Amino acid sequence: MKRLVILGGGTAGTMVANKLRAALGRHELHITVVDRDDAHHYQPGYLFMPFGIYNTTDIVRSRHRFLADGIDLVLTEIDRVDPSFRVVHLADGRSLSYDHLVIATGVSPRPDATPGMQGPLWGDKIHEFYSLPGAQALTEAMRRFRGGRLVVHITEMPIKCPVAPMEFTFLADDWLRKHDIRERTELTYVTPLDGAFTKPVASRELATALVDRQIALETDFAVEHIDNDTAELVSFDGRRIGFDLLVTVPLNMGADFVARSGLGDELNLVPCDQHTMVSLAHPEIHVLGDAGTLQTSKAGSVAHFAVDVFTHNFVAEFNGRPATHGFDGHANCFIESGGRKGMLLDFNYATEPFTGNFPLPVVGPFKLLKETHLNHLGKLAFRWIYWNLLLPGRPIPMIPTTMSLAGKRVETDVTPAGTGLPQAAAPSSPAPGPKPSTPKAAPTKPSTPRVEAKQPATRPAAAPATPARPVAAGVGAGGYTDRPGVDSTADPGTVLPAPIIPKF
Amino acid sequence: MPTTMISGRPIDVNDEGFLVAYDQWDSKLGAELGRLIGIELTDAHWGPIRFLRMDYPARGETATLRRVSTVGGFAIKDLFALFPGKPAKKMAYIAGLPKPKGCV
Repeated sequence: MKRLVILGGGTAGTMVANKLRAALGRHELHITVVDRDDAHHYQPGYLFMPFGIYNTTDIVRSRHRFLADGIDLVLTEIDRVDPSFRVVHLADGRSLSYDHLVIATGVSPRPDATPGMQGPLWGDKIHEFYSLPGAQALTEAMRRFRGGRLVVHITEMPIKCPVAPMEFTFLADDWLRKHDIRERTELTYVTPLDGAFTKPVASRELATALVDRQIALETDFAVEHIDNDTAELVSFDGRRIGFDLLVTVPLNMGADFVARSGLGDELNLVPCDQHTMVSLAHPEIHVLGDAGTLQTSKAGSVAHFAVDVFTHNFVAEFNGRPATHGFDGHANCFIESGGRKGMLLDFNYATEPFTGNFPLPVVGPFKLLKETHLNHLGKLAFRWIYWNLLLPGRPIPMIPTTMSLAGKRVETDVTPAGTGLPQAAAPSSPAPGPKPSTPKAAPTKPSTPRVEAKQPATRPAAAPATPARPVAAGVGAGGYTDRPGVDSTADPGTVLPAPIIPKF
Repeated sequence: MPTTMISGRPIDVNDEGFLVAYDQWDSKLGAELGRLIGIELTDAHWGPIRFLRMDYPARGETATLRRVSTVGGFAIKDLFALFPGKPAKKMAYIAGLPKPKGCV
């Protein structure tokens, strides 16, 4: 019998445990889930708490209730993973050996990473809503708020649920209006990126969303510290933004045991393959949910689609068949925009959010990138879907694992001022494709497995003896060798004579 | 996707002017990209630029300021002095890599 240990009993860990329990018999695979406590939080619900829409009882359930029979749940902190001996050391002194390990411990807000964030103003004028205690404290702060400067701030990307700060801003605008203090409030959105929206079609569609609501925007803001004497955010380039109430999203980092185990990057995220979620360093370690380095949103919908792909591949390989599925980076997110309206985003690695209808062409019923009441209802309905369909591992009607272009108004070459084409930054393609070629002097990772339909899997899981080579972490700049650039192969007749210089 | 002449060579870029092919870049081109945005590259500039070039292939995404600082060992304050205003974006441009982005 093989042993699977799943670290983290949150969205991804619970889903994958239940799906694998249903797919493989107890005599074939022993499944153990490890988490520090028995409280499963519906994290998307934190956003609604400060506005009195949800309270704690809407958001917290016991973890074990959502794990199927035949899954062991161990409640303790994780000390570290020892990949060479395939054993997990727990804080209470016990250890768990594994044949396969799933790391699904997500990311958490780290207010201590920014100087001054947890100073005297923490919990008074400085708040966050990415944890239950944080959302509870902010609920009180919003109740006491009588107008002034309300600043919503993102410390650094990536963060989980990357649109949540914008949703908070929209909901705050709506809430302040309802409480007749909007006119007495200066609402500012502060982002480290170069715009509130950075994808071409989304920026165009949502260009007026902030202006219409009289929300000020501060971009390219890299916070250096928070001045508690003057109640100001201070950036590395000397900009200062004063606040009466600061709602910040602290730096998000993976779990500390990831660092102690030598498995993470500078944010304790576990480098993993973009299409198979297999650790780049250890083929028997898999990363699901927010804990890895997938270049798509850290969101429950991504965890859901990735778990589907992973489960399919895991069961196939367990039964000696090739793994045939590759994750495409699919994300599907309802966005609250206030006034009982919402928007819907559907995208993947290769496709930016477009307008259109979802999930069916023409009839929808949901509208992509448009504010509608139905999208808002979809968001509220999702809490029921989460507890009753998603966690138990039941299929969600109409929502495919792989993103579909049906119903989407596909546009190319849309580049509003200040935005770039996302393709340049996205991983190569929805299915594994050629990666940018690597200079010979640069360190290389283990060859990326190609997982395509009708092709034998080359995932190294079957050959655990494959030596794990170091990932890029830790490289210095000293060993870089310059190589002559290769010219574009574009038709010379189409080449523009002068370079395009970005606006900075 | 446009192709433009830079440093006497045809180079593929996006509509904003950022390079889209890792292989088309070399240090001569990097120096020219710096000049185009008003930065004369010194040894101090080349350190983080080389780090970005070296870090990208295995990661598939441009290193963040935090990564340039914690893994590459370059102080963020210094990066703001070397690449004024928007160091992450300017370094990405000069190194011929995609700029940092969000999901919408």
